[in-house]
Amino acid sequence: MPAFVDIHAVTHVYGGIEGLPAVEDLTVRVQEGEFAAVVGPSGCGKSTLMKLATGLQFPKAGTVIVDGQQVSKPVRMAGMAFQNPTLLPWRTTLDNILLPLEIVEPHRSRLRRHKADYVEKAQNLLAQVGLRGMGDKFPWQLSGGMQQRASLCRALIHEPKLLMLDEPFGALDAFTREELWCVIRDLHAAQKVTVILVTHDLREAVFLADRIVCMSARPGRVIAERVVDLPRPRDLEITYSAAFVDIVHELRGHIAHARQAA
Amino acid sequence: MSAVPPPEFVAPPAISAATRRRNRQLALAPWVFTLGFFLVWEAACRLLKVPSYFLPTPLVIADATVQYWWQLAFHSFHTLWMTLAGFALAVVFGIVLGLALGASRLVRAGSYPLLVGFNAIPKVAVVPILILWFGVGWVPPVLTAFLISFFPIVVNVATGLSTIEPEIEDVMRALGASKRDIMVKIGIPRSLPYLFGSLKVAITLAYVGSVIAESNASRNGIGNLISRASADFNVPLVFAALIALAVLGVVIYVLTEMLENRMTGWAQRSQMAAG
Ligand SMILES: Nc1ncnc2c1ncn2[C@@H]1O[C@H](COP(=O)(O)OP(=O)(O)O)[C@@H](O)[C@H]1O
Ligand SMILES: [Mg+2]
Repeated sequence: MPAFVDIHAVTHVYGGIEGLPAVEDLTVRVQEGEFAAVVGPSGCGKSTLMKLATGLQFPKAGTVIVDGQQVSKPVRMAGMAFQNPTLLPWRTTLDNILLPLEIVEPHRSRLRRHKADYVEKAQNLLAQVGLRGMGDKFPWQLSGGMQQRASLCRALIHEPKLLMLDEPFGALDAFTREELWCVIRDLHAAQKVTVILVTHDLREAVFLADRIVCMSARPGRVIAERVVDLPRPRDLEITYSAAFVDIVHELRGHIAHARQAA
Repeated sequence: MSAVPPPEFVAPPAISAATRRRNRQLALAPWVFTLGFFLVWEAACRLLKVPSYFLPTPLVIADATVQYWWQLAFHSFHTLWMTLAGFALAVVFGIVLGLALGASRLVRAGSYPLLVGFNAIPKVAVVPILILWFGVGWVPPVLTAFLISFFPIVVNVATGLSTIEPEIEDVMRALGASKRDIMVKIGIPRSLPYLFGSLKVAITLAYVGSVIAESNASRNGIGNLISRASADFNVPLVFAALIALAVLGVVIYVLTEMLENRMTGWAQRSQMAAG
């Protein structure tokens, strides 16, 4: 079965042609519906990988294929969320979540006539992430964790086939973070979406992902892959199980190795 | 869908009498200080026996204001009109240029030196050329007001656009948004508070520009009234005109600030929440 996201032997250099590549000979495959996590030391090219997979950057060498198509322009269907929730302060939470529908076809041309349906859909998403009834609030009336939940809704409202999460919980406290792990877990279970999650939290990666890719220090390439075969649905309790802790340990070893090599 | 959201506003805690007194003092302070300023002025002039052809006392100025009431009103109105016309031109031109500068790095890099150089020219020096081109009349004051006030608008609008967070731009582009989409949905709303912030500065500058140009390139306006009154050694009228300028300036400033608060309240509230 061909991979949904197929990054093959990719080298990417920012700026001029010279200079140290951000990633070099990077090969990553993600199957449709799979939840993949990418871990690695900071500055190793994880965000670059995201940009390559969504067509926001193009590689100097190698190929990027998403959904059977070689990527030569922004992919037009990815949902993205970052550490910074980047909600627009002049829009209510609801209007922020509806933003992708003002861009992506066919919603863009249907939005005005079917506004009520779309609003209902957004309300349902809000309820799913635990923000029921908060649509009328402005972002600055929400806590950081609530803003991040809304940002997830915005990434999912147009039912993207590909969800890219770049350290989405990096700025949150441990309790909020674990709550949001469960939110993501349930969203992934409910929608058959392919997820690529960049994180530096190994427990987060093991809890959420089907497969974890470890990257080396810059220039980034894959140094290890680990399939997480813990049964689903996973409960937070699982993070204290021996099997879970073993995987985290194993990954730690890889990362420590990568940092030493740098 | 039926859960009741938490109440938005909790009842404010009871304000203590001391706080209330302090607030009242703060509200009164501008009036008291202004009145005090004029009292000190009046007293100093009388004690030191300053002749009124040198520095008239506030009471003499008030007399002149009453005596020349109609002239002052007429010329103030003219100045206001010139200022607003120049300001309106500056807003339109400033927004267009600011959007172009903010949207394109090439335009920005290319035109910045020109803009900064142009802005460095004191606009008084341009007035003779305007007279040469357009003669004495309403055109030089309007154009001077325009030339002196568009720069801050351009810079602010461009800043609003060029400081869009790269992440939100990535979110939009990964959805297939065009440059135009990003401009309309994010760039323009985002640069509005910058625009309105610059309007306060710009209107004050426009006012300066129109008065400067009126004083030698127009037959009307407060600037012109001051020129003529000082040629006649009518010093109380000069001062009455200056006071009229000050009052008009404050009114214009306050109106612009009210407009700003109305249009971009979200920016101030969101900053308060963040800060
Ligand atoms: N726009 C850019 N221009 C130049 N260099 C960049 C740019 N973005 C990232 N880099 C460099 O590429 C490397 C990889 O960056 P990034 O993918 O953001 O790393 P990560 O997300 O893993 O921390 C870093 O060393 C960074 O300095
Ligand atoms: Mg990064």
